[in-house]
Amino acid sequence: MIIRAVLLWCLLAGAAFAVQPDEVLDDPALEARARDISSGLRCLVCRNESIDESNAGLARDLRLLVRERLLEGDSDEEVVDFIVARFGEYVLLEPRRDGSNLILWLAGPALFLGGLAVAIGYLRRQRPQTQSDALSDDEQARLDELLKD
Amino acid sequence: MFVELGHFTLLLALVVACLQTALPLIGAHNRWSGWMAFAGPAALAQAGLLTVSFAALTYAFVVSDFSVLLVVKNSHTLKPMLYKVTGVWGNHEGSMLLWCLILAVFGALVAMFGGNLPARLKARVLGVQGSIGVAFLGFLIFTSNPFLRLAFPPMNGQDLNPLLQDPGLAFHPPFLYLGYVGLSTSFSFAVAALIEGRVDAAWGRWVRPWTLLAWLMLTIGIALGSWWAYYELGWGGFWFWDPVENASFMPWLISAALLHSSIVVEKREALKSWTILLAILAFGFSLIGAFIVRSGVLTSVHAFANDPERGVYLLAITFLFMGGALTLYAARAASMQAKGVFGVVSRESALVLNNVLLAVAAFVVFIGTVWPLLAEMAFDRKLSVGAPFFDAAFTPFMILLALVLPIGAILPWKRAKIGRVIRPLWLAAAAAFAIAALTWVVQTERSLLAPIGALLGSWLVLGAAADLWTRTGTDISRKLRRALSLPRADWGRVVAHSGFGVTIIGIALMTAWESEDIRVAEVGESFTVSGYDITLANVEEVQVANYISTMAEMRVARNGRDVAVLYPEKRVYPVAGMPTTEAAIDNGVFRDIYLVIGDEQQGGGWAVRSYVKPFANWIWAGAIIMAFGGALSLSDRRFRVAAGARRAPQGVPAE
Repeated sequence: MIIRAVLLWCLLAGAAFAVQPDEVLDDPALEARARDISSGLRCLVCRNESIDESNAGLARDLRLLVRERLLEGDSDEEVVDFIVARFGEYVLLEPRRDGSNLILWLAGPALFLGGLAVAIGYLRRQRPQTQSDALSDDEQARLDELLKD
Repeated sequence: MFVELGHFTLLLALVVACLQTALPLIGAHNRWSGWMAFAGPAALAQAGLLTVSFAALTYAFVVSDFSVLLVVKNSHTLKPMLYKVTGVWGNHEGSMLLWCLILAVFGALVAMFGGNLPARLKARVLGVQGSIGVAFLGFLIFTSNPFLRLAFPPMNGQDLNPLLQDPGLAFHPPFLYLGYVGLSTSFSFAVAALIEGRVDAAWGRWVRPWTLLAWLMLTIGIALGSWWAYYELGWGGFWFWDPVENASFMPWLISAALLHSSIVVEKREALKSWTILLAILAFGFSLIGAFIVRSGVLTSVHAFANDPERGVYLLAITFLFMGGALTLYAARAASMQAKGVFGVVSRESALVLNNVLLAVAAFVVFIGTVWPLLAEMAFDRKLSVGAPFFDAAFTPFMILLALVLPIGAILPWKRAKIGRVIRPLWLAAAAAFAIAALTWVVQTERSLLAPIGALLGSWLVLGAAADLWTRTGTDISRKLRRALSLPRADWGRVVAHSGFGVTIIGIALMTAWESEDIRVAEVGESFTVSGYDITLANVEEVQVANYISTMAEMRVARNGRDVAVLYPEKRVYPVAGMPTTEAAIDNGVFRDIYLVIGDEQQGGGWAVRSYVKPFANWIWAGAIIMAFGGALSLSDRRFRVAAGARRAPQGVPAE
């Protein structure tokens, strides 16, 4: 939300909106694959916008490139690899699940399991006390003391 | 002259904030009641001074005083009055002044409505609140003074960013700031409690309304921003996982966790140290959010103010407050013994699970947001983390949350027999499955997204209804009367949880079922999108106050019956030299028709984009319902602190 410089840059680049009618492929199945691939590729000048959403000229070039590769008969993976080989992994909006990126991908699940373990530990530790709701002697003594004031 | 007055009161507010920090904290330490009593008037004075200051800046914008640098940069005489006023906070300096004003107003509210707080706690809360004021007023005055003058004023201004000239966006920042800054109050309560070394049920009750207020403002602010993105960006996206959006979403998630865990503190005197930690973290994420937005460190994007010097100052504020509070927490948390104990199957455990899920979800958003920075620093990998990551890594926790929520909400405190408690929920579950099956049958797509969304959403809404049903006794004839006399907090819970369900339904169905059409259309040409016949009837250029519009007239019909006539526009703001798209939307309960006009094509005709977006409005309707639930809960009798204050005897000793 809020104000995207992205958007400003892209708008300044001139075009009125993302995918232009002249880019659309005639084969709907191929076009759907192209849209799918482009929504996972980052517009390099816009930052944090996919080329599918972006209005920038460079994003248009990339969209055309994706469609060109698809028409050549590349599979989805081949198209993505082709783009990554030229622009680096920076272009991927979904970071690859390898190497140090595993930290990113596993951090959430790991923390969740850790949080659950701590929570269960906490519940078990206090379980024996749930046997009785009556005041302990200490508590009774303290209550009496408080009531005296 | 009035501008100088504003500048002067701003400086004076800093002085007052310094005193508001020092005197009450020292007084509370030494039990000097006179020094402690200084806190209240100081908080009121600070708020009053900043109100004058803000009014002075607003005045400068309203009369287009171009001797003020900020007005020159962000205003123009031709701009409509509404946007002259909202232009005050449509820029870095003015928005930080608004931030400081809200901070001071929250302090003043604590002073006014905190009459039943123990004097020492109140002095400490206001002292801590004052110290946040010192930090931000210092930031404002020394790095981003809004009152700087020009020796040679120009004839006219440079106009406000055209994207900001929109009602949705104009009111989005104030709500967000009310949320961000509202969390400062929870933070001040947490730090004050740590200094006291005491957290009890009363503390939970005092801190909860502030959290609730902040959370509901954040909810409205985020919803406004998302709604704006939907209609303004020209293709109907509503959430982008942009660092700046995430900056507002993290405090929202944490404050949602906080307002649930503070219920446990209030009702059962358990989870105390965890609640304190959440209160610290919630404001911490607000500070981190301010840092992200203002510094531009995460290669984000924000149009106004990317200045490294300001970034360093904000980072220092974040480290100072978080470091200080967490150190204090480490030293004192162990002393907060839980009083209430509870079984594994109980409302408390359900709220613990809620907290784990919300906190982990916030953490996933956090690590996804900062990962590009970390990966570059630590592993020398230049990479991006975008929507696909968040969709994959964040959504599972929300699904889990939605699954367990109706069960948790219906469990009694302390301990429960699960079989008996969830009996009324079986019907809700069966109905939710039926709705999901229906969703699967009616859709043409083979995706599971819509059925799962429908299942979770209706489970939440029906589960909330079942919650209400069980709370109104067994006598059918009296149910309505009983329902109406339930505490507002119960109604708040039911309403807010239903709102969550409505939002889930909106997101899932719109994402799964939207249809899109991109084409070149000649004037007079008709085409069909998802059963709607759309005709491009006319395109004309219109000159409006401060922009030029290319406006299309498009007629929408279905089965020969007219549905709507829409006027999508492309605008150019000559002063800022910037085009914007204004989509035209026919809003409906079950679908939006969303039309965008593009460029004139060389071979004749216009580029036209048409969308049919089912259930789009449910996304924001759900958010508004959530906020309304929060407001209901806030109006509950037991939070009417002011009412209690009037009854409280005068001059209560500190302890």
